[in-house]
Amino acid sequence: METLHYRFEQGTRPLAGMPQLVGVVGSGNLEVLIEAAPLQGACEIEVRTAAVGFGATWQAVMADFHARWRLADARISINDMGATPAVVSLRLDQAVESLTGGAP
Amino acid sequence: MSSYLELTARQRIPAIFDAGSFEEFLPPSERVASPHLAQLDAPVSFDDGVVVGRGLMDGKVVFGAAQEGGFMGGAVGEVHGAKLVGMLRRAIDERAHAVLLLLESGGVRLHEANAGLIAVSEVMRAMLDVRAAGIPVVAVVGGSNGCFGGMGISARCANVVIMSEEGRLAMSGPEVIETANGVEEFDSRDRALVWRTTGGKHRYLLGDCQMLVADDTAAFRAAALEAIAGVENARLTLAGLLAEQAMLARRLSDTQGLVEPMDVWHQLGIADPASVPMLEADAFLQLAAPYRAGEQR
Repeated sequence: METLHYRFEQGTRPLAGMPQLVGVVGSGNLEVLIEAAPLQGACEIEVRTAAVGFGATWQAVMADFHARWRLADARISINDMGATPAVVSLRLDQAVESLTGGAP
Repeated sequence: MSSYLELTARQRIPAIFDAGSFEEFLPPSERVASPHLAQLDAPVSFDDGVVVGRGLMDGKVVFGAAQEGGFMGGAVGEVHGAKLVGMLRRAIDERAHAVLLLLESGGVRLHEANAGLIAVSEVMRAMLDVRAAGIPVVAVVGGSNGCFGGMGISARCANVVIMSEEGRLAMSGPEVIETANGVEEFDSRDRALVWRTTGGKHRYLLGDCQMLVADDTAAFRAAALEAIAGVENARLTLAGLLAEQAMLARRLSDTQGLVEPMDVWHQLGIADPASVPMLEADAFLQLAAPYRAGEQR
């Protein structure tokens, strides 16, 4: 297992509502827990993944995600079982939409 | 029609309970995950693969759970089992109208060894305690992972088991039997054989499940409501156990020496057993009505 941390400052879109969980920790899949949290306008993401050594790929997927949504005061926690970058992006968007109901 | 089989545990809850009524105990944001899997450096899930809580069914308070088959095959670890037991005990404390279990599990989570085994035994005991308190327990088996091992036994501790044809219910799963006894005994890759021996239609004909529905969330919800309303006495009674024992003895003698489910169905009186797997749920129920082993004959 590998644990990765990301923090993006100065988000513009605060979250509201109850924590939401999307996805399942199954082969090639992941679960994304998204919650509002007081983080001085930042978005923090913690990834625990079974696929070790893909930090650069995660970094790119997370940077793209932040560019799409610019979340503020949001905590995202991920349990991953080897999902592909496309699946990760879809799940992240699904998680945000489950809270905001909106498109980027 | 909206498939129940295809849904995740979290999607099944609002499809079966009254919309928006379900309040989850220990939600994923509490992060009560398995300490055993973490020690083994294996992926964990924030809900340990089960949703438990309290909701409404046609306005009445029904406690419930949904196992997530996608996470380790729905297998029961220490936390997963403790969540089920806690929900069942609270159902007694709060005098629930009923308990509805949406089961999908391969049984004990072997990574957690004895802790998982004890957890499953505690689930069975808690289910029987709920029944002893006069509260009906209904189990639904309609997920793609079926319901096996300790959870297969647990399902049969319920007052009523509802299945779809696609659902499977048994003790040892097909791969387990093949591994232990050889491919001559059971070919786990023969999907038709797997469904003939563990699928909903066979279970219905043998009396192991009491209701069979099409793979449709609305049908499962309607069946669950009907099952809850139909339980006159949720408690285990001596007369009920003796009747079940008599049914099992009759079933055993009726099917002595038969190893192929189609031979069993023929023995039960079905003239053309080869047609059974192809029938839709309603047509099957009409055909099966006079022949079920679990009914008085």
